Amino acid sequence: MPTVSVKRDLLFKALGRTYTDEEFDELCFEFGLELDEITSEKEIISKEQGDKKAEGASDVVLYKIDVPANRYDLLCLEGLVRGLQVFKERIKAPLYKRVMPNGEIQKLIITEETAKIRPYAVAAVLRNIKFTKDRYDSFIELQEKLHQNICRKRALVAIGAHDLDSLSGPFTFTAKRPSDIKFKPLSKTKEYTACELMNIYKTDNHLKHYLHIIENKPLYPVIYDSNGVVLSMPPIINGNHSKITLNTRNVFIECTGTDFTKAKIVLDIIVTMFSEYCENQFTVEAAEVVFPNGKSYTFPELAYRKEMVRADLINKKVGIRETPENLAKLLTRMCLKSEVIGDGNQIEIEIPPTRADIIHACDIVEDAAIAYGYNNIQMTLPKTYTIANQFPLNKLTELLRHDMAAAGFTEALTFALCSQEDIADKLGVDISATKAVHISNPKTAEFQVARTTLLPGLLKTIAANRKMPLPLKLFEISDIVVKDSSRDVGARNYRHLCAVYYNKNPGFEIIHGLLDRIMQLLDVPPGEKKGGYVIKASEVETGGHPAAACGALPLLF
Amino acid sequence: MAAHAPGAGSGSGCSGAGRDTPSAPGAAMADGPVADVLLRRLEAADGGLDSAELAAELGVEHQAVVGAVKSLQALGEIIEAELRSTKRWELTAEGEEIAREGSHEARVFRSVPPEGLAQSELMRLPSGKVGFSKAMSNKWIRVDKSAADGPRVFRVVDSMEDDVQRRLQLVRGGQAEKLAEKERSELRKRKLLTEVTLKTYWVSKGSAFSTSVSKQEAELSPEMISSGSWRDRPFKPYNFSARGVLPDSGHLHPLLKVRTQFRQIFLEMGFTEMPTDNFIESSFWNFDALFQPQQHPARDQHDTFFLQDPAEALQLPMDYVHRVKRTHSQGGYGSQGYKYTWKLDEARKNLLRTHTTAASARALYRLARKKPFTPIKYFSIDRVFRNETLDATHLAEFHQIEGVVADHGLTLGHLMGVLREFFTKLGITQLRFKPAYNPYTEPSMEVFSYHQGLKKWVEVGNSGLFRPEMLLPMGLPENVSVIAWGLSLERPTMIKYGINNIRELVGHKVNLQMVYDSPLCRLDAEPGPPQTQEAA
Repeated sequence: MPTVSVKRDLLFKALGRTYTDEEFDELCFEFGLELDEITSEKEIISKEQGDKKAEGASDVVLYKIDVPANRYDLLCLEGLVRGLQVFKERIKAPLYKRVMPNGEIQKLIITEETAKIRPYAVAAVLRNIKFTKDRYDSFIELQEKLHQNICRKRALVAIGAHDLDSLSGPFTFTAKRPSDIKFKPLSKTKEYTACELMNIYKTDNHLKHYLHIIENKPLYPVIYDSNGVVLSMPPIINGNHSKITLNTRNVFIECTGTDFTKAKIVLDIIVTMFSEYCENQFTVEAAEVVFPNGKSYTFPELAYRKEMVRADLINKKVGIRETPENLAKLLTRMCLKSEVIGDGNQIEIEIPPTRADIIHACDIVEDAAIAYGYNNIQMTLPKTYTIANQFPLNKLTELLRHDMAAAGFTEALTFALCSQEDIADKLGVDISATKAVHISNPKTAEFQVARTTLLPGLLKTIAANRKMPLPLKLFEISDIVVKDSSRDVGARNYRHLCAVYYNKNPGFEIIHGLLDRIMQLLDVPPGEKKGGYVIKASEVETGGHPAAACGALPLLF
Repeated sequence: MAAHAPGAGSGSGCSGAGRDTPSAPGAAMADGPVADVLLRRLEAADGGLDSAELAAELGVEHQAVVGAVKSLQALGEIIEAELRSTKRWELTAEGEEIAREGSHEARVFRSVPPEGLAQSELMRLPSGKVGFSKAMSNKWIRVDKSAADGPRVFRVVDSMEDDVQRRLQLVRGGQAEKLAEKERSELRKRKLLTEVTLKTYWVSKGSAFSTSVSKQEAELSPEMISSGSWRDRPFKPYNFSARGVLPDSGHLHPLLKVRTQFRQIFLEMGFTEMPTDNFIESSFWNFDALFQPQQHPARDQHDTFFLQDPAEALQLPMDYVHRVKRTHSQGGYGSQGYKYTWKLDEARKNLLRTHTTAASARALYRLARKKPFTPIKYFSIDRVFRNETLDATHLAEFHQIEGVVADHGLTLGHLMGVLREFFTKLGITQLRFKPAYNPYTEPSMEVFSYHQGLKKWVEVGNSGLFRPEMLLPMGLPENVSVIAWGLSLERPTMIKYGINNIRELVGHKVNLQMVYDSPLCRLDAEPGPPQTQEAA
């Protein structure tokens, strides 16, 4: 869940009123947000780097607000305020408009070299925008939030914003050999080739995470203007030449990526959020993108979509009885402009370009429920009549574990994941003989394999409890995992029972007696006869430690 | 290997007894000759007698007399005993030796003949080292360093007075008070004297004094019953302030005790248990079937354990897979879809399931294939796995509790109603619902309950209606809604048993003493001991 950090006083100013922390927390809760933390820059620095470093840092109160992962329209102060103001019916949701420029339209031409590495690009212009320090910071911060979330750390989409007045179109989005790309990147004072930059950024705490996206490709993506000025080398870094500043009036925004849908959503979000500060509020100047096949598209899409939902469907899914008019009003409060049409039971809902999360009627139902207030919904019990059943394997497990405790053994609960050593070397077994399932991306050796036996877990439990008085009598009934090509996934669980008796004397007869008791409980008689059981020496060397006696038993049906 | 203390029983750390056992100090003799003598002496004594004096007279250990006093005290008002402590000077072992054989310096003096003695030879004597320097400072001897065969020691005086020996002999004779304070402290510094505190009893006759007391019985025996002698025998009173002997027993694990209660709650509510005995799942069932897009962060290597072997699922239900693919990439069933290129290879990737909802998806798919549709209530509690950073409240594996109801026309109000009943059975009555986002439920709601201890609302679960994009490709009828909720088993258990570090609860680092000591799991009962009936 992304967290958005906003200055409290700035937020209240934009909301046109102040709240106590409790009141604001309550408003967030109702709207589906969470006021996660109240802090300040000073507090954050002092927590992370100590009081010394925090000296002189700002102590302006910050609200850290958790935003649902699919609400990209709430990732900045502008969006949060707009959402809450519409929710509280203090303003109407703005209508976002794409306009054609008076002069020539800005063009971005994609060459076919990009196809293998970053095939998509979209672009738009914010004309006559007015930045302040806070607006500028918010603009940068929104790009960062989008990069981290919907853009999947720039892998799917990367955003570049440029001072249009420093450039001259048309722009070319192409791909070149790294050694052939040379430019002065953001906040550097000289030019570097792309190869050099990739080396420099290996030690950059922020940028090093994005290098892998293009690192091993023969060609790197790059955007030039008509004079050969580098706008950006997505998804790594922008050029310094076209850097936006507080004085920038016209912003050229490009989004490149491997997911066309997401690139369009990201562009829509940025321009809808920040066109608020344009001279013509909420209007965005179109840009044209020409694809290698010659087809040309105009962006941003800023598409409004109409959906029809029957009022009784909403009522039926939520469990309320509201009139269609009321439901339309509720939806309008969620930035979904709605009206009752047709037979008086149909609601026509307009999905704005900010709400890419609305992809089905169920999303509309949820918004109606949120506006109605989840906690105002009447709780009822479904009339669903069913007879309960236990899963037979779990039923047997429950019965058996109680009787194991009654036999004086204590239940352990150990991990299903462990190291290769635990199930192989340490038990004197070759790993290839275990049929173990192997994990490809363990962060530590503790998670290399799924256990094929419960024994290592019990032995480790004993080792961790050596201060306890003897004897230790432990058992566990749980699942192990082995490869099995007859199963759809190629592996299966088995339920095992394992018990260990640990004392200064071997006490084999005690673990033997427990086994006899288990067999008695399972109604299996001793002896060679059919349906009976016998005990034989194990082929596996147990290391011959006299103080440990144990047994493991698969529960079979 | 383990440095284990041998103990009795499986860790019942407490020992105690209902009655004072016969092995209590002194008790073995209490009813024996010493007690008899004590009573007889006391009868004849004027006022009382001192326990230490009696021990000295009888020639027994003082402790034996103390034992007799204590056991007589336990009988009631036979005697009265007042504890007195007196301080006394005693010789140390070295002090005893000196009192007997003279001080080291005196012994050195005596061993030096008139013609002198080589210093090296003198030093080899037992008292040599200590005695030499003292004798020198007393100016009893001198050293001639110019002698031909090394330094030689000669007497300075013809005779001397061994004051140290004399003083120690006085102390031994009980006349320590004749020494000056300074003299005593010097002897103490030389570790020849110590001051000891002696605890003695001043014993006098009690209100029920008698010289004939009979031995108290600790146990009732079958012989006493058959002979009827129990009627006339006195019995030792029970000691209720001692702790009893805990029975040898096995114990169930607290987390699994809580699991048992959750199973019980679901069964009481008519929910059928789903099979969840498959830790290995394909990405298809874990994510794709739940309409979780292939670029979703949860499908990242950082969050999920993928498998190297077996790396891919061998079989997938291809008809259904195609419907899922279409819904993701193009939409359908009234959905816009996610509009991206859905890849079968991605769906085949095997992993350790990240939630039991994968098993719920399989169960709902099976349900969808059974015609006609029958309403169901399902539940499961089992392990799930996350490739997460570990801390005091997060492990790479934990247990997920999940409830699912599928029926015609289920509403958000129904979901809240079921949740209210469910949480009421857990003893949680104050609930509040917050809008939330889950990839596979819509509407979604987080469940919060008011925590009396923390004085705030805390999240206790997550819930919602499964998305039509998940249900319809399975083949469930369009007007069937499925409500579902989930929570972890660990969190309520940690709160219930007051455990702050999850490693003490789950895994091999478990604190077995905690397992031994953990109370019953009664989720709906008030915390604290059960209400017991007051004795009328």
